[in-house]
Amino acid sequence: MAEILRIQQVSKRYSNHVALNEVSLNVQEKSVFGLLGPNGAGKTSLIRIINQITGPDSGEIIFKGHKLGADDVEHIGYLPEERGLYKKMTVADQVLYLARLKGLSKWEAKKRIRHWFEKFEIKDWSNKKIEELSKGMQQKVQFIVTVIHEPELLILDEPFSGFDPINAQLIKNEILELKKNGATVIFSTHNMGSVEELCDHIALLNKAEKILDGAVKEIRKTYRSNTYKISFKGSAMGFANTLWTGGEVLEKHTEDDVHSFTIKLVPQLSSSAFLQAVLPGCELLSFNEIIPSMNDIFIQKVNEGNEVFGTKSNYTD
Amino acid sequence: MSKIGLIIGREIKSKLYNKTFIIMTILAPLLITGFIAFMIQMTQSDKTEQKVLVLDESQLFKDNLSGNDYISLSYSDQKLEEAVDQFYNNGFTCLLWISPTIVEGGAGASKLFYKKSPGFAFQTYIKDQMERIIYENKLKANNIDPNIILNSKQNVRLILEKVNDKGKTEEQNSFGFFGFISGALMFTFILMYGMMVFRSVMEEKTNRIVEVIVSSVKPFELMLGKILGIALLGMIQFIVMGIITFGLTTALSTIYLKDISAQLKVFDQQQELVKKNGTSVDFSKLEKFDDKLEVFDLVRKLEKINFLEVFVCFFLYFIGGYLFYSSIMAAIGSAVDSESDSQQFITPVMIPLMIGYFISTKTILDPDSATVFWGSMIPFTSPIVMMSRISNGVPLWEIALSLTSLFLSFFLTTWLAGKIYRTGILMYGKKTSWRELGKWLFYK
Repeated sequence: MAEILRIQQVSKRYSNHVALNEVSLNVQEKSVFGLLGPNGAGKTSLIRIINQITGPDSGEIIFKGHKLGADDVEHIGYLPEERGLYKKMTVADQVLYLARLKGLSKWEAKKRIRHWFEKFEIKDWSNKKIEELSKGMQQKVQFIVTVIHEPELLILDEPFSGFDPINAQLIKNEILELKKNGATVIFSTHNMGSVEELCDHIALLNKAEKILDGAVKEIRKTYRSNTYKISFKGSAMGFANTLWTGGEVLEKHTEDDVHSFTIKLVPQLSSSAFLQAVLPGCELLSFNEIIPSMNDIFIQKVNEGNEVFGTKSNYTD
Repeated sequence: MSKIGLIIGREIKSKLYNKTFIIMTILAPLLITGFIAFMIQMTQSDKTEQKVLVLDESQLFKDNLSGNDYISLSYSDQKLEEAVDQFYNNGFTCLLWISPTIVEGGAGASKLFYKKSPGFAFQTYIKDQMERIIYENKLKANNIDPNIILNSKQNVRLILEKVNDKGKTEEQNSFGFFGFISGALMFTFILMYGMMVFRSVMEEKTNRIVEVIVSSVKPFELMLGKILGIALLGMIQFIVMGIITFGLTTALSTIYLKDISAQLKVFDQQQELVKKNGTSVDFSKLEKFDDKLEVFDLVRKLEKINFLEVFVCFFLYFIGGYLFYSSIMAAIGSAVDSESDSQQFITPVMIPLMIGYFISTKTILDPDSATVFWGSMIPFTSPIVMMSRISNGVPLWEIALSLTSLFLSFFLTTWLAGKIYRTGILMYGKKTSWRELGKWLFYK
């Protein structure tokens, strides 16, 4: 897969703090890329630089093989975290204006407005002023504005904050559909559930630095800790004896004659070797590897980072 | 560039479809001309019919007092008490009693009884005549011909003529008041449209739509589009208001000035006659315009004003002054979250405008002073001060220099404002200080 965006050692400083410190990222075409990090990590700064709202102090952005320039805004769609619309303008006028700012002709913009308004069922509202709309409807309009020019790169800053569950689901489905149609999506979020659901790749920022990036599956694999959950019938004592040198029991639970253990094996012991050892003594019901969630990885990495920086506060989310 | 066009279009459309804006455009000239008409109406003497019964105990005034088309006089030898008793039921509106000792003076020497309060103009009319008759009477008593006194009195009109470097003279038309009005109008216009830019910028920021827009256009383009859009809107409004005002004042002046200009013609002819023939002219045959002299002066001055020049200059200075100040206003609008936070920034911007306004009042008294000259050159005050000078006749080079510096400064303020603007529009929640604004100038 070709890469659509390459960020090379981008730095951004404000008078009293560093927002980005030599951050480099690659975003593959037609993928969903999650930009993660605690508040103040530099996500929005990076997103604004990609949108050319602000410029980096140093570093380069390569978009589709060339240096990102003013003309590229027509191929990028942006839904900011703090989003709003002109209160006094009608829905149709507003979308038309913003679509034309993205370079669409009047005729083309009107055609697409019709399509999207039908799709999102807000056609009857097109001549209403924004202030007359419910919040959920305003959110729909905002999303339409972001995608109406069919951008190749879609940047969504905290897209699920402020959306009600129904709209959030609608947006999720749209993101996946846009991806299917060839768009690349970058989104920043705190919602780790949606990361696992949607993202192919992620990058984790903390304190202006990138501390982790890669494919979600790969990262989770890397963070495997040889932890398993096993359920069996038979002697718990026998099981514990077999395990004795091979690992430790993190959790155990017994219901009727079914024992459930969460165990962490020592690195040199493979799961198959372990199974071969325990199978003779019990009736195996289930055996699953426990892969850490993105949430766990996020918290672990951010806290590691904070320890390096000497702060005591733990990030919990 | 086409994107700036879109921004300009939206800015104009959003205001043009605004009912308040349309109403204001039409209402303002109506109010202004209505106010002027009202003022003129107020100064016109009230022409209530007055029937006056005169009880002249001094026997000095009988048949000497004259009425006019709405004042009629009758004389009677009735006793005062008797006349007052009957007064309420007879047909007279006023009763003028003159004591026998009026020539000797003293308070209460003459009384005017009335049913409905007679207007000030009527009182003055009667009083002036009585004073004149007593005056002439006293002169006669001393064997002095009142005509000698009358003819020896002469009003002097001081005509100011400026000599330029080529030795040519031109009559100075120092119509300070007109200049002052132009200056005040300029002040209002700059402030009004400057605030419009300020609000428009702040609206986008507080609506949080600005981030979406600046992901499509450069912040500088957005700011410029906004400033130019409102400038065009101002020009449209200015022209519409101008046409309405012109129409109304033309209508108004045909109503009010018709008599005046006819009288002015007669007055001019008489003046010519006096110039030619000196005091040998029979003054009693001439119409008297003593009370009209001020109005004539005003009309003359108005006639001398080159309205086209004033209009063109007003237009250019409005554009220049507006652009200069509106870019500053845009920068401020980007820096604040709400109107209540804006005061600390708007006040310092208002001060130079106010100074300009005060200098323009000085123009009335001392149009050629150094303060006024420099005030009309420095961009912060030049639009207002120059407008207050313009009707006095300003050399072209001064206008050219002042306009050039104004427009050059506009580029500078816009460039600086652009730097503040692009940082300001994305800053939320923090209360901004002047120091902060200074820092933003240097962000990349």
